[in-house]
Amino acid sequence: MNGVHDMGGEQGMGPIQYEKNEPVFHAPWEGRVYAINRTLGAWRKWNLDASRHGVELLPPADYFRMSYYERWLTRLINISIKTGLVTREEVESGKPAPGAAKATPPITVANVEAAAMIRASARRPDAVAPRFAVGQKVRARNMNPIGHTRLPRYARAKSGVIERDHGVFLFPDTNAHFLGEKPQHVYSVRFSARELWGEAAKPQDSVYLDLFDDYLESA
Amino acid sequence: MDTTRRGFLASTVAASGVAATQNMAHAADEHAHDHQMLPSDPTLRVKSLESLLVEKGLVDPAALDAVVETYERKVGPRNGARVVARAWIDPAYKARLLADGRAALKELGYGGATGEDTLVVENTPRVHNLVVCTLCSCYPWPLLGLPPVWYKSAPYRSRAVIDPRGVLREFGLTLADDVDVRVWDSTAELRYLVLPERPTGSENMSEEALAALVTRDAMVGVAKATLPQKGAQP
Repeated sequence: MNGVHDMGGEQGMGPIQYEKNEPVFHAPWEGRVYAINRTLGAWRKWNLDASRHGVELLPPADYFRMSYYERWLTRLINISIKTGLVTREEVESGKPAPGAAKATPPITVANVEAAAMIRASARRPDAVAPRFAVGQKVRARNMNPIGHTRLPRYARAKSGVIERDHGVFLFPDTNAHFLGEKPQHVYSVRFSARELWGEAAKPQDSVYLDLFDDYLESA
Repeated sequence: MDTTRRGFLASTVAASGVAATQNMAHAADEHAHDHQMLPSDPTLRVKSLESLLVEKGLVDPAALDAVVETYERKVGPRNGARVVARAWIDPAYKARLLADGRAALKELGYGGATGEDTLVVENTPRVHNLVVCTLCSCYPWPLLGLPPVWYKSAPYRSRAVIDPRGVLREFGLTLADDVDVRVWDSTAELRYLVLPERPTGSENMSEEALAALVTRDAMVGVAKATLPQKGAQP
């Protein structure tokens, strides 16, 4: 979707705010939100792409107002309710519904190292043929899907060259919506800075994007 | 949602080659109610959420402690620095690292969440690499830990691709006009680590001392690895 999360090339966002000796988490609640995200995923009610899409669905004003982990917290609550892990009433009261059965967490302190630290890989067997070859000139499709996509707007309808074939990965655009994995090749595509941004860019500079077969057409 | 919007959705979905289903249509519905859950006081909200999830048996609080502990104390840029130092002193390792990052990182014991497919890109006097994730916050966790706020922020994500030289100047790094700037936008499940140039004058340093020269910023590409300033604490 053409959301505010897709911010490559936007202007007016201001200078970079650099914090020296930045802590990993700025408050204990940030660490808890991160850890809950990592372990609650083990219920397999959603996948990484659906989870990313959950942040993209935040209204633009909220997206900018919230800190990073506030976004994570909000999408965690939203997706947990949507997938039925908890109800809105339970979140609002902080208490399980009367008579709710108690589950057993799939990730406990005993298996957390093995289970939560290894995220399921998005790589799939190389059984799918590539549509493009290294060195080939391609164009990123002009597409504006309303759902999740990993093709940024700034690259759409721009031409580049396939620099590397990364192999086969599941397709976020379908996976995020539980429409199947649609495994396909992902390529490193080099776009010259001039193709993306015009004559003001240095001729030798470039931006590399990792793009799925379905995002590309031959140019 | 009105029918016009649903109709637009269906045609967009069909045009992008994705099967139009009810599931997909829900994506647009979700805009309507996502903002009802704004956290007013995150500390209280998270406490309340965690206690609910624990009471329902959905998470184990000790497992949460372990995850926090891992990222606060065990996983961080020292991992990546160790890889860089090894590559600096061992040309054969460096060749393996650049050719097949995943296998070479595994040799040193690194992999796991978000590190399954890591590519290492080498800075030279003529090439400068910079890593960004314009769409969210993709970052090589096993090698660098969790990303700093600036990396996840709008100014960096928006500008790194359109104005990398300006971004680098803000970090105090001015590149010569004849250097090639290569920006890596982490749009899929590949992760990137910059192999900085080994500083001149570090020829006699041990692997451990070299690793201490390698900062997180140098491995994202917003700084160079440098020798400690004269008079600074080692």
